[in-house]
Amino acid sequence: MSLFDHKLADLHDLLHKKEITIADLVRESYKRIEEVDGKVQAFLTLDEERALARAEELQQKLGSDEGLLFGMPIGVKDNIVTKELRTTAASKILGNFDPIYNATVADKLHSADAITIGKLNMDEFAMGSSTENSHFAKTKNPWNLDTVPGGSSGGSAAAVAAGEVPFSLGSDTGGSIRQPASFCGVVGLKPTYGRVSRFGLIAFASSLDQIGPITTNVEDNAYLLEAIAGLDPNDSTSANVNVPNYRSALTGDIKGLKVAVPREYLGDGVSEEVRQSVREALKVLEGLGATIDEVSLPHSKYGVATYYLLSSSEASANLARFDGIRYGYRADNAENLIDLYKKTRAEGFGDEVKRRIMLGTYALSSGYYDAYYKKAQKVRTLIKQDFEKVFEDYDVIVGPTTPTPAFKIGEQIDDPLTMYANDILTIPVNLAGVPGISVPAGLSESGLPLGLQIIGKHFDESTVYRVAHAYEQAANHNMKPEL
Amino acid sequence: MTKITKDEVKHVAHLARLNIDEQEAEKFADQLGSIITFAEQLNELDTENVEPTTHVLDMKNILRDDKPTDGLPREQVLKNAPDHQDGQVKVPTILE
Repeated sequence: MSLFDHKLADLHDLLHKKEITIADLVRESYKRIEEVDGKVQAFLTLDEERALARAEELQQKLGSDEGLLFGMPIGVKDNIVTKELRTTAASKILGNFDPIYNATVADKLHSADAITIGKLNMDEFAMGSSTENSHFAKTKNPWNLDTVPGGSSGGSAAAVAAGEVPFSLGSDTGGSIRQPASFCGVVGLKPTYGRVSRFGLIAFASSLDQIGPITTNVEDNAYLLEAIAGLDPNDSTSANVNVPNYRSALTGDIKGLKVAVPREYLGDGVSEEVRQSVREALKVLEGLGATIDEVSLPHSKYGVATYYLLSSSEASANLARFDGIRYGYRADNAENLIDLYKKTRAEGFGDEVKRRIMLGTYALSSGYYDAYYKKAQKVRTLIKQDFEKVFEDYDVIVGPTTPTPAFKIGEQIDDPLTMYANDILTIPVNLAGVPGISVPAGLSESGLPLGLQIIGKHFDESTVYRVAHAYEQAANHNMKPEL
Repeated sequence: MTKITKDEVKHVAHLARLNIDEQEAEKFADQLGSIITFAEQLNELDTENVEPTTHVLDMKNILRDDKPTDGLPREQVLKNAPDHQDGQVKVPTILE
Protein backbone atom coordinates (compact mmCIF):
# COMPACT_ATOMS: atom_id res chain seq x y z
CA MET A 1 0.00 0.00 0.00
CA SER A 2 1.38 3.34 -1.06
CA LEU A 3 0.25 6.71 0.27
CA PHE A 4 -0.53 7.54 -3.35
CA ASP A 5 -3.28 4.90 -3.43
CA HIS A 6 -5.30 7.53 -1.58
CA LYS A 7 -7.23 10.15 -3.44
CA LEU A 8 -6.15 13.78 -3.16
CA ALA A 9 -9.01 14.65 -0.79
CA ASP A 10 -8.05 11.76 1.53
CA LEU A 11 -4.38 12.77 1.55
CA HIS A 12 -5.53 16.28 2.45
CA ASP A 13 -7.50 14.87 5.41
CA LEU A 14 -4.58 12.72 6.56
CA LEU A 15 -2.35 15.81 6.53
CA HIS A 16 -4.80 17.82 8.59
CA LYS A 17 -5.37 15.03 11.07
CA LYS A 18 -1.58 14.99 11.48
CA GLU A 19 -1.48 11.31 10.54
CA ILE A 20 1.10 12.10 7.90
CA THR A 21 3.41 15.03 7.21
CA ILE A 22 4.15 16.81 3.96
CA ALA A 23 7.68 15.43 4.14
CA ASP A 24 6.16 11.91 4.22
CA LEU A 25 4.44 12.63 0.92
CA VAL A 26 7.54 14.09 -0.69
CA ARG A 27 9.75 11.26 0.60
CA GLU A 28 7.22 8.68 -0.62
CA SER A 29 7.68 10.13 -4.08
CA TYR A 30 11.49 10.06 -4.06
CA LYS A 31 11.55 6.61 -2.46
CA ARG A 32 9.38 5.21 -5.24
CA ILE A 33 11.48 6.98 -7.87
CA GLU A 34 14.57 5.43 -6.31
CA GLU A 35 12.93 2.00 -6.49
CA VAL A 36 11.47 2.01 -9.98
CA ASP A 37 12.66 4.90 -12.10
CA GLY A 38 15.80 3.04 -13.15
CA LYS A 39 13.38 0.80 -15.04
CA VAL A 40 10.66 3.27 -16.01
CA GLN A 41 12.86 6.32 -16.75
CA ALA A 42 10.02 8.79 -16.42
CA PHE A 43 12.04 11.62 -14.87
CA LEU A 44 14.70 13.76 -16.55
CA THR A 45 15.44 16.08 -13.61
CA LEU A 46 14.72 15.80 -9.89
CA ASP A 47 14.47 18.68 -7.43
CA GLU A 48 14.79 16.73 -4.19
CA GLU A 49 16.66 19.18 -1.96
CA ARG A 50 14.34 22.07 -2.65
CA ALA A 51 11.24 19.86 -2.49
CA LEU A 52 12.18 18.60 0.99
CA ALA A 53 13.00 22.12 2.20
CA ARG A 54 9.66 23.31 0.87
CA ALA A 55 7.92 20.42 2.65
CA GLU A 56 9.41 21.54 5.99
CA GLU A 57 8.51 25.16 5.30
CA LEU A 58 4.89 24.31 4.41
CA GLN A 59 4.51 21.97 7.39
CA GLN A 60 5.11 24.99 9.66
CA LYS A 61 2.30 26.84 7.88
CA LEU A 62 -0.19 23.96 8.06
CA GLY A 63 -3.41 25.29 9.59
CA SER A 64 -6.97 24.22 9.04
CA ASP A 65 -8.16 25.83 5.83
CA GLU A 66 -5.51 25.19 3.20
CA GLY A 67 -6.46 24.40 -0.38
CA LEU A 68 -6.48 20.81 -1.50
CA LEU A 69 -3.16 20.94 -3.31
CA PHE A 70 -1.35 22.21 -0.20
CA GLY A 71 1.81 20.12 0.26
CA MET A 72 0.98 17.73 -2.58
CA PRO A 73 3.84 16.34 -4.70
CA ILE A 74 3.50 16.76 -8.46
CA GLY A 75 5.55 16.03 -11.58
CA VAL A 76 5.73 18.46 -14.49
CA LYS A 77 6.33 17.71 -18.17
CA ASP A 78 9.67 19.06 -19.32
CA ASN A 79 8.25 21.48 -21.89
CA ILE A 80 6.69 23.57 -19.10
CA VAL A 81 9.25 26.11 -17.93
CA THR A 82 10.07 26.08 -14.24
CA LYS A 83 12.17 28.85 -12.73
CA GLU A 84 15.69 27.71 -11.83
CA LEU A 85 14.81 24.09 -12.60
CA ARG A 86 16.34 22.74 -15.80
CA THR A 87 13.78 22.60 -18.63
CA THR A 88 14.83 20.81 -21.81
CA ALA A 89 11.74 19.81 -23.84
CA ALA A 90 13.80 16.56 -24.07
CA SER A 91 16.01 18.25 -26.68
CA LYS A 92 19.77 18.56 -26.87
CA ILE A 93 19.26 22.15 -28.01
CA LEU A 94 17.88 23.03 -24.55
CA GLY A 95 20.03 20.54 -22.65
CA ASN A 96 21.31 23.11 -20.15
CA PHE A 97 18.43 25.56 -20.19
CA ASP A 98 17.82 27.09 -16.76
CA PRO A 99 14.63 29.19 -16.99
CA ILE A 100 14.47 32.61 -15.40
CA TYR A 101 10.69 32.56 -15.02
CA ASN A 102 7.82 30.18 -14.32
CA ALA A 103 5.11 29.12 -16.75
CA THR A 104 1.73 30.40 -15.53
CA VAL A 105 0.69 26.85 -14.59
CA ALA A 106 3.91 26.43 -12.57
CA ASP A 107 3.16 29.71 -10.77
CA LYS A 108 -0.36 28.54 -10.08
CA LEU A 109 0.85 25.23 -8.64
CA HIS A 110 3.33 27.16 -6.49
CA SER A 111 0.63 29.55 -5.23
CA ALA A 112 -1.52 26.52 -4.39
CA ASP A 113 1.50 25.25 -2.36
CA ALA A 114 1.96 22.09 -4.42
CA ILE A 115 5.55 20.77 -4.47
CA THR A 116 7.33 20.06 -7.75
CA ILE A 117 9.17 16.74 -7.52
CA GLY A 118 10.89 16.95 -10.89
CA LYS A 119 10.59 17.21 -14.66
CA LEU A 120 9.18 14.45 -16.83
CA ASN A 121 10.41 12.89 -20.03
CA MET A 122 8.64 13.41 -23.35
CA ASP A 123 9.15 13.24 -27.10
CA GLU A 124 11.48 16.05 -28.15
CA PHE A 125 9.41 19.27 -28.36
CA ALA A 126 6.32 17.06 -27.86
CA MET A 127 6.67 15.62 -31.35
CA GLY A 128 5.87 11.93 -31.13
CA SER A 129 3.53 9.27 -29.80
CA SER A 130 5.92 6.99 -27.92
CA THR A 131 8.46 9.14 -25.98
CA GLU A 132 11.13 7.37 -28.07
CA ASN A 133 12.03 10.75 -29.62
CA SER A 134 13.49 12.06 -26.34
CA HIS A 135 17.15 12.99 -26.68
CA PHE A 136 17.85 11.75 -23.16
CA ALA A 137 15.99 8.54 -22.33
CA LYS A 138 13.35 6.09 -23.47
CA THR A 139 10.54 5.93 -20.92
CA LYS A 140 9.00 2.45 -20.47
CA ASN A 141 5.36 1.55 -19.92
CA PRO A 142 5.00 0.45 -16.24
CA TRP A 143 2.54 -2.27 -17.35
CA ASN A 144 5.10 -3.91 -19.61
CA LEU A 145 8.63 -2.57 -19.81
CA ASP A 146 9.00 -3.75 -23.42
CA THR A 147 6.23 -1.44 -24.57
CA VAL A 148 6.09 2.33 -25.00
CA PRO A 149 4.23 4.55 -22.51
CA GLY A 150 2.78 6.55 -25.42
CA GLY A 151 3.62 10.15 -26.02
CA SER A 152 4.42 12.82 -26.11
CA SER A 153 3.63 13.10 -22.36
CA GLY A 154 4.97 9.57 -21.81
CA GLY A 155 6.95 10.48 -18.68
CA SER A 156 3.95 12.27 -17.13
CA ALA A 157 1.65 9.26 -17.64
CA ALA A 158 4.22 6.60 -16.71
CA ALA A 159 5.23 8.41 -13.48
CA VAL A 160 1.62 8.50 -12.28
CA ALA A 161 0.96 4.88 -13.33
CA ALA A 162 4.14 3.73 -11.55
CA GLY A 163 3.16 5.54 -8.34
CA GLU A 164 6.17 7.89 -8.47
CA VAL A 165 3.93 10.94 -8.18
CA PRO A 166 0.17 11.04 -7.59
CA PHE A 167 -0.40 13.81 -10.16
CA SER A 168 1.38 15.35 -13.11
CA LEU A 169 0.95 17.91 -15.84
CA GLY A 170 1.28 17.05 -19.51
CA SER A 171 0.55 18.87 -22.75
CA ASP A 172 -1.63 17.75 -25.64
CA THR A 173 -1.32 18.96 -29.25
CA GLY A 174 -2.77 15.95 -31.09
CA GLY A 175 -3.36 13.44 -28.27
CA SER A 176 -0.21 13.82 -26.19
CA ILE A 177 -2.03 13.63 -22.84
CA ARG A 178 -4.87 11.24 -23.72
CA GLN A 179 -2.88 8.64 -25.69
CA PRO A 180 -0.21 8.06 -22.98
CA ALA A 181 -2.93 8.15 -20.29
CA SER A 182 -4.71 5.40 -22.22
CA PHE A 183 -1.52 3.35 -22.71
CA CYS A 184 -0.56 3.65 -19.01
CA GLY A 185 -4.02 3.14 -17.49
CA VAL A 186 -4.43 6.60 -15.93
CA VAL A 187 -6.78 9.58 -16.34
CA GLY A 188 -5.68 12.40 -18.67
CA LEU A 189 -7.61 15.47 -19.80
CA LYS A 190 -6.98 17.83 -22.68
CA PRO A 191 -8.92 20.97 -21.78
CA THR A 192 -10.76 23.24 -24.23
CA TYR A 193 -8.34 25.35 -26.26
CA GLY A 194 -7.90 28.55 -24.22
CA ARG A 195 -8.98 26.99 -20.92
CA VAL A 196 -5.43 26.84 -19.51
CA SER A 197 -2.73 29.45 -20.12
CA ARG A 198 0.05 28.40 -22.49
CA PHE A 199 2.44 31.07 -21.17
CA GLY A 200 5.69 29.24 -20.47
CA LEU A 201 4.71 26.12 -22.41
CA ILE A 202 7.49 25.67 -24.98
CA ALA A 203 5.43 26.13 -28.13
CA PHE A 204 4.97 23.30 -30.65
CA ALA A 205 1.75 24.18 -32.53
CA SER A 206 0.24 27.23 -30.87
CA SER A 207 -3.28 26.84 -32.27
CA LEU A 208 -3.54 23.29 -30.85
CA ASP A 209 -1.35 23.07 -27.71
CA GLN A 210 -3.04 22.77 -24.30
CA ILE A 211 -1.68 21.86 -20.86
CA GLY A 212 -3.73 19.39 -18.82
CA PRO A 213 -3.68 17.12 -15.74
CA ILE A 214 -2.82 13.42 -15.51
CA THR A 215 -4.00 11.57 -12.37
CA THR A 216 -5.03 8.12 -11.14
CA ASN A 217 -8.70 9.08 -10.84
CA VAL A 218 -11.25 11.53 -12.25
CA GLU A 219 -11.89 13.44 -9.03
CA ASP A 220 -8.22 14.38 -8.60
CA ASN A 221 -8.10 15.39 -12.25
CA ALA A 222 -11.00 17.81 -11.71
CA TYR A 223 -9.28 19.38 -8.69
CA LEU A 224 -6.08 19.86 -10.61
CA LEU A 225 -7.74 21.44 -13.65
CA GLU A 226 -9.50 23.90 -11.38
CA ALA A 227 -6.12 24.92 -9.96
CA ILE A 228 -4.47 25.60 -13.33
CA ALA A 229 -7.35 26.94 -15.48
CA GLY A 230 -8.34 30.53 -16.19
CA LEU A 231 -7.62 33.77 -18.01
CA ASP A 232 -4.00 34.90 -18.08
CA PRO A 233 -2.90 38.38 -19.19
CA ASN A 234 0.31 36.75 -20.47
CA ASP A 235 -1.57 34.51 -22.94
CA SER A 236 -3.92 36.38 -25.26
CA THR A 237 -5.44 33.07 -26.38
CA SER A 238 -6.49 32.14 -22.84
CA ALA A 239 -10.23 32.56 -22.56
CA ASN A 240 -12.14 34.99 -20.40
CA VAL A 241 -14.56 32.28 -19.30
CA ASN A 242 -15.39 31.61 -15.67
CA VAL A 243 -13.74 28.49 -14.16
CA PRO A 244 -16.51 26.45 -12.53
CA ASN A 245 -16.22 24.18 -9.51
CA TYR A 246 -15.58 20.97 -11.46
CA ARG A 247 -15.90 18.64 -8.48
CA SER A 248 -19.52 19.68 -7.98
CA ALA A 249 -20.19 18.10 -11.38
CA LEU A 250 -19.15 14.67 -10.06
CA THR A 251 -22.62 13.57 -9.01
CA GLY A 252 -22.61 10.08 -10.51
CA ASP A 253 -25.92 10.99 -12.12
CA ILE A 254 -25.99 10.83 -15.92
CA LYS A 255 -29.65 9.87 -16.29
CA GLY A 256 -31.07 11.20 -19.56
CA LEU A 257 -27.67 12.35 -20.79
CA LYS A 258 -27.30 12.05 -24.56
CA VAL A 259 -24.22 10.17 -25.71
CA ALA A 260 -23.11 10.12 -29.35
CA VAL A 261 -20.86 7.36 -30.69
CA PRO A 262 -19.22 8.20 -34.03
CA ARG A 263 -19.21 5.19 -36.34
CA GLU A 264 -15.82 6.34 -37.64
CA TYR A 265 -14.38 5.71 -34.16
CA LEU A 266 -15.33 2.03 -34.23
CA GLY A 267 -14.39 1.31 -37.82
CA ASP A 268 -11.56 -0.42 -39.66
CA GLY A 269 -8.18 0.29 -38.17
CA VAL A 270 -9.53 0.10 -34.63
CA SER A 271 -8.72 -3.29 -33.14
CA GLU A 272 -11.54 -5.65 -32.17
CA GLU A 273 -10.60 -5.75 -28.48
CA VAL A 274 -10.63 -1.95 -28.35
CA ARG A 275 -14.06 -1.90 -30.00
CA GLN A 276 -15.28 -4.54 -27.55
CA SER A 277 -14.11 -2.49 -24.55
CA VAL A 278 -16.01 0.54 -25.88
CA ARG A 279 -19.16 -1.53 -26.39
CA GLU A 280 -18.90 -2.69 -22.78
CA ALA A 281 -18.38 0.87 -21.58
CA LEU A 282 -21.46 1.99 -23.51
CA LYS A 283 -23.48 -0.69 -21.71
CA VAL A 284 -22.28 0.75 -18.41
CA LEU A 285 -23.36 4.26 -19.45
CA GLU A 286 -26.70 2.93 -20.68
CA GLY A 287 -27.16 1.13 -17.38
CA LEU A 288 -26.72 4.49 -15.65
CA GLY A 289 -29.59 5.94 -17.68
CA ALA A 290 -27.75 7.63 -20.57
CA THR A 291 -29.11 7.28 -24.10
CA ILE A 292 -26.69 6.10 -26.76
CA ASP A 293 -26.93 6.86 -30.47
CA GLU A 294 -24.62 6.24 -33.38
CA VAL A 295 -23.60 9.41 -35.24
CA SER A 296 -21.09 10.39 -37.92
CA LEU A 297 -18.06 12.67 -37.86
CA PRO A 298 -17.61 12.32 -41.63
CA HIS A 299 -14.30 14.18 -41.93
CA SER A 300 -12.49 12.23 -39.20
CA LYS A 301 -10.32 10.35 -41.65
CA TYR A 302 -8.81 13.62 -42.86
CA GLY A 303 -7.74 14.61 -39.36
CA VAL A 304 -4.25 13.13 -39.42
CA ALA A 305 -3.27 14.75 -42.75
CA THR A 306 -4.74 18.10 -41.69
CA TYR A 307 -2.97 17.91 -38.37
CA TYR A 308 0.47 17.12 -39.76
CA LEU A 309 0.33 19.98 -42.24
CA LEU A 310 -0.89 22.53 -39.69
CA SER A 311 1.11 21.44 -36.65
CA SER A 312 4.33 21.13 -38.66
CA SER A 313 3.80 24.52 -40.27
CA GLU A 314 3.30 26.13 -36.88
CA ALA A 315 6.28 24.21 -35.48
CA SER A 316 8.56 25.39 -38.27
CA ALA A 317 7.82 28.98 -37.21
CA ASN A 318 7.85 28.35 -33.45
CA LEU A 319 11.17 26.49 -33.50
CA ALA A 320 12.91 29.22 -35.51
CA ARG A 321 13.81 30.79 -32.15
CA PHE A 322 16.30 28.01 -31.40
CA ASP A 323 19.28 29.53 -33.14
CA GLY A 324 22.15 29.17 -30.69
CA ILE A 325 22.32 32.90 -29.93
CA ARG A 326 20.48 33.89 -26.76
CA TYR A 327 20.10 30.56 -24.98
CA GLY A 328 20.53 26.83 -25.50
CA TYR A 329 23.09 24.79 -27.35
CA ARG A 330 25.54 26.50 -29.75
CA ALA A 331 27.69 24.57 -32.25
CA ASP A 332 31.45 25.10 -32.37
CA ASN A 333 33.59 26.25 -35.31
CA ALA A 334 30.98 28.20 -37.24
CA GLU A 335 32.36 30.29 -40.08
CA ASN A 336 29.66 32.93 -40.06
CA LEU A 337 26.21 33.62 -38.65
CA ILE A 338 24.19 31.51 -41.13
CA ASP A 339 26.64 28.65 -40.66
CA LEU A 340 26.22 28.98 -36.89
CA TYR A 341 22.42 28.68 -37.19
CA LYS A 342 22.64 25.70 -39.52
CA LYS A 343 25.21 23.77 -37.50
CA THR A 344 23.53 24.53 -34.18
CA ARG A 345 20.15 23.35 -35.40
CA ALA A 346 21.52 20.30 -37.24
CA GLU A 347 23.38 19.18 -34.10
CA GLY A 348 20.72 20.30 -31.61
CA PHE A 349 17.52 18.81 -33.08
CA GLY A 350 16.66 15.13 -33.48
CA ASP A 351 15.37 13.55 -36.70
CA GLU A 352 11.63 13.78 -36.00
CA VAL A 353 11.91 17.48 -35.17
CA LYS A 354 13.92 18.12 -38.35
CA ARG A 355 11.39 16.15 -40.40
CA ARG A 356 8.52 18.26 -39.11
CA ILE A 357 10.36 21.56 -39.45
CA MET A 358 11.09 20.68 -43.08
CA LEU A 359 7.54 19.48 -43.75
CA GLY A 360 6.21 22.74 -42.28
CA THR A 361 8.70 24.87 -44.17
CA TYR A 362 7.72 23.07 -47.38
CA ALA A 363 3.97 23.48 -46.73
CA LEU A 364 4.41 27.21 -46.09
CA SER A 365 6.88 27.90 -48.87
CA SER A 366 6.13 29.98 -51.91
CA GLY A 367 4.00 28.09 -54.44
CA TYR A 368 2.81 25.46 -51.95
CA TYR A 369 1.05 27.59 -49.33
CA ASP A 370 -2.42 27.41 -50.90
CA ALA A 371 -2.15 23.74 -51.84
CA TYR A 372 -1.11 22.52 -48.40
CA TYR A 373 -1.39 25.00 -45.53
CA LYS A 374 -4.51 26.85 -46.62
CA LYS A 375 -6.19 23.66 -47.78
CA ALA A 376 -5.57 22.13 -44.35
CA GLN A 377 -7.00 25.23 -42.62
CA LYS A 378 -10.15 24.77 -44.69
CA VAL A 379 -10.46 21.08 -43.85
CA ARG A 380 -9.96 22.05 -40.20
CA THR A 381 -13.16 24.09 -40.54
CA LEU A 382 -15.01 21.02 -41.86
CA ILE A 383 -13.75 18.88 -38.96
CA LYS A 384 -14.78 21.53 -36.46
CA GLN A 385 -18.25 21.73 -38.07
CA ASP A 386 -18.63 17.94 -37.72
CA PHE A 387 -18.35 18.34 -33.95
CA GLU A 388 -20.61 21.41 -33.81
CA LYS A 389 -23.31 19.52 -35.65
CA VAL A 390 -23.23 16.52 -33.30
CA PHE A 391 -23.16 18.78 -30.24
CA GLU A 392 -26.40 20.43 -31.35
CA ASP A 393 -28.15 17.22 -30.28
CA TYR A 394 -25.80 15.47 -27.86
CA ASP A 395 -24.02 16.19 -24.56
CA VAL A 396 -20.87 14.14 -25.12
CA ILE A 397 -19.15 12.05 -27.77
CA VAL A 398 -17.71 8.71 -26.65
CA GLY A 399 -15.23 6.38 -28.34
CA PRO A 400 -11.84 4.76 -27.85
CA THR A 401 -8.77 6.90 -27.15
CA THR A 402 -6.43 4.85 -29.35
CA PRO A 403 -6.91 2.19 -32.05
CA THR A 404 -4.72 -0.35 -30.18
CA PRO A 405 -3.10 -0.79 -26.76
CA ALA A 406 0.58 0.18 -26.27
CA PHE A 407 2.98 -1.13 -28.94
CA LYS A 408 6.50 -2.47 -28.54
CA ILE A 409 9.47 -0.15 -28.20
CA GLY A 410 11.16 0.22 -31.59
CA GLU A 411 8.22 -1.23 -33.50
CA GLN A 412 7.07 1.96 -35.26
CA ILE A 413 9.98 4.34 -34.89
CA ASP A 414 11.25 3.95 -38.47
CA ASP A 415 7.90 4.57 -40.12
CA PRO A 416 6.56 8.09 -39.51
CA LEU A 417 3.16 7.47 -41.12
CA THR A 418 2.40 4.38 -39.00
CA MET A 419 3.43 6.31 -35.92
CA TYR A 420 1.18 9.25 -36.89
CA ALA A 421 -1.84 6.91 -37.23
CA ASN A 422 -1.81 6.34 -33.46
CA ASP A 423 -3.42 9.72 -33.03
CA ILE A 424 -6.27 9.27 -35.49
CA LEU A 425 -8.92 9.31 -32.71
CA THR A 426 -7.43 12.14 -30.64
CA ILE A 427 -6.31 14.64 -33.31
CA PRO A 428 -9.81 15.79 -34.42
CA VAL A 429 -10.46 16.94 -30.83
CA ASN A 430 -7.49 19.33 -30.94
CA LEU A 431 -8.44 20.56 -34.40
CA ALA A 432 -11.95 21.38 -33.13
CA GLY A 433 -10.59 22.88 -29.87
CA VAL A 434 -13.00 20.88 -27.70
CA PRO A 435 -12.09 19.11 -24.42
CA GLY A 436 -11.45 15.37 -24.22
CA ILE A 437 -10.51 12.93 -21.49
CA SER A 438 -9.15 9.39 -21.45
CA VAL A 439 -10.28 7.15 -18.58
CA PRO A 440 -9.14 3.56 -17.97
CA ALA A 441 -11.48 1.02 -19.59
CA GLY A 442 -9.96 -2.31 -18.56
CA LEU A 443 -7.13 -4.43 -19.87
CA SER A 444 -6.39 -6.01 -23.23
CA GLU A 445 -5.84 -9.75 -23.63
CA SER A 446 -2.13 -9.11 -23.31
CA GLY A 447 -2.67 -7.29 -20.04
CA LEU A 448 -2.21 -3.74 -21.31
CA PRO A 449 -4.54 -0.84 -20.43
CA LEU A 450 -7.27 0.38 -22.76
CA GLY A 451 -8.79 3.85 -22.59
CA LEU A 452 -12.24 5.33 -23.11
CA GLN A 453 -12.33 8.80 -24.62
CA ILE A 454 -15.09 11.24 -23.68
CA ILE A 455 -15.33 14.47 -25.68
CA GLY A 456 -17.38 17.53 -24.72
CA LYS A 457 -18.48 20.92 -25.97
CA HIS A 458 -16.21 23.97 -25.76
CA PHE A 459 -15.68 24.89 -22.08
CA ASP A 460 -17.92 22.04 -20.88
CA GLU A 461 -15.26 20.09 -19.00
CA SER A 462 -17.86 19.71 -16.23
CA THR A 463 -19.99 17.33 -18.29
CA VAL A 464 -16.90 15.47 -19.52
CA TYR A 465 -15.83 14.96 -15.90
CA ARG A 466 -19.36 13.97 -14.83
CA VAL A 467 -19.55 11.20 -17.42
CA ALA A 468 -15.96 10.07 -16.83
CA HIS A 469 -16.53 9.90 -13.07
CA ALA A 470 -19.86 8.08 -13.36
CA TYR A 471 -18.24 5.53 -15.69
CA GLU A 472 -15.18 5.14 -13.46
CA GLN A 473 -17.31 4.52 -10.36
CA ALA A 474 -19.68 2.09 -12.07
CA ALA A 475 -17.07 0.14 -14.04
CA ASN A 476 -14.69 0.01 -11.06
CA HIS A 477 -11.67 -1.23 -13.02
CA ASN A 478 -9.20 -0.29 -10.28
CA MET A 479 -6.15 -0.88 -12.45
CA LYS A 480 -2.60 -0.78 -11.12
CA PRO A 481 0.56 -2.22 -12.67
CA GLU A 482 2.93 -4.54 -10.79
CA LEU A 483 6.46 -3.27 -10.95
CA MET B 1 2.91 9.68 -55.48
CA THR B 2 4.41 13.12 -55.13
CA LYS B 3 8.13 12.92 -55.48
CA ILE B 4 10.34 15.21 -53.47
CA THR B 5 13.85 15.41 -54.84
CA LYS B 6 17.06 15.58 -52.89
CA ASP B 7 17.58 19.09 -54.22
CA GLU B 8 14.17 20.18 -52.94
CA VAL B 9 15.01 18.78 -49.53
CA LYS B 10 18.31 20.66 -49.54
CA HIS B 11 16.50 23.87 -50.50
CA VAL B 12 13.91 23.43 -47.73
CA ALA B 13 16.67 22.58 -45.24
CA HIS B 14 18.45 25.77 -46.19
CA LEU B 15 15.28 27.81 -45.68
CA ALA B 16 14.83 26.15 -42.29
CA ARG B 17 18.51 26.75 -41.43
CA LEU B 18 19.40 23.08 -41.07
CA ASN B 19 22.63 21.53 -42.29
CA ILE B 20 22.04 18.15 -43.91
CA ASP B 21 24.34 15.73 -45.69
CA GLU B 22 23.69 13.65 -48.82
CA GLN B 23 22.56 10.59 -46.93
CA GLU B 24 20.09 12.57 -44.81
CA ALA B 25 18.79 14.41 -47.87
CA GLU B 26 18.02 11.07 -49.48
CA LYS B 27 16.27 9.70 -46.40
CA PHE B 28 14.23 12.86 -45.83
CA ALA B 29 13.30 13.04 -49.55
CA ASP B 30 11.68 9.59 -49.30
CA GLN B 31 9.96 10.30 -46.00
CA LEU B 32 8.70 13.78 -46.89
CA GLY B 33 7.50 12.43 -50.25
CA SER B 34 5.32 9.82 -48.58
CA ILE B 35 4.00 12.25 -45.96
CA ILE B 36 3.09 14.81 -48.65
CA THR B 37 1.46 12.10 -50.77
CA PHE B 38 -0.55 11.05 -47.71
CA ALA B 39 -1.53 14.69 -47.10
CA GLU B 40 -2.80 15.04 -50.65
CA GLN B 41 -5.85 12.96 -49.74
CA LEU B 42 -7.27 16.34 -48.64
CA ASN B 43 -7.71 17.09 -52.34
CA GLU B 44 -10.63 14.62 -52.35
CA LEU B 45 -12.60 17.31 -50.54
CA ASP B 46 -14.24 20.25 -52.26
CA THR B 47 -13.34 23.24 -50.08
CA GLU B 48 -14.15 25.93 -52.63
CA ASN B 49 -16.66 27.65 -50.34
CA VAL B 50 -15.15 26.79 -46.98
CA GLU B 51 -13.54 29.47 -44.84
CA PRO B 52 -10.14 28.53 -43.40
CA THR B 53 -10.01 28.28 -39.58
CA THR B 54 -7.89 31.11 -38.25
CA HIS B 55 -8.91 30.71 -34.62
CA VAL B 56 -10.88 27.83 -33.24
CA LEU B 57 -12.84 29.96 -30.74
CA ASP B 58 -13.60 33.00 -32.93
CA MET B 59 -11.67 35.25 -30.58
CA LYS B 60 -10.96 38.86 -31.38
CA ASN B 61 -7.61 40.52 -30.84
CA ILE B 62 -6.92 41.16 -27.18
CA LEU B 63 -5.16 44.42 -26.38
CA ARG B 64 -3.60 45.43 -23.11
CA ASP B 65 -3.07 48.94 -21.82
CA ASP B 66 0.08 50.48 -23.21
CA LYS B 67 1.83 50.90 -19.86
CA PRO B 68 5.59 50.60 -19.46
CA THR B 69 6.79 47.81 -17.18
CA ASP B 70 10.24 46.82 -15.99
CA GLY B 71 12.34 44.65 -18.30
CA LEU B 72 14.40 41.71 -17.11
CA PRO B 73 17.68 42.33 -15.29
CA ARG B 74 20.65 42.02 -17.65
CA GLU B 75 22.39 39.20 -15.76
CA GLN B 76 19.18 37.16 -15.91
CA VAL B 77 18.86 37.70 -19.63
CA LEU B 78 22.46 36.63 -20.20
CA LYS B 79 22.28 33.66 -17.86
CA ASN B 80 21.52 31.16 -20.62
CA ALA B 81 23.46 32.81 -23.44
CA PRO B 82 26.14 30.47 -24.84
CA ASP B 83 28.60 33.35 -25.18
CA HIS B 84 28.57 36.92 -23.92
CA GLN B 85 30.94 39.78 -23.27
CA ASP B 86 30.59 43.18 -21.59
CA GLY B 87 26.91 42.59 -20.90
CA GLN B 88 26.06 41.70 -24.48
CA VAL B 89 25.37 38.47 -26.36
CA LYS B 90 28.36 37.54 -28.49
CA VAL B 91 27.92 36.16 -32.03
CA PRO B 92 30.34 35.37 -34.88
CA THR B 93 31.37 38.18 -37.22
CA ILE B 94 28.41 39.27 -39.35
CA LEU B 95 30.11 41.91 -41.54
CA GLU B 96 33.36 41.02 -43.26
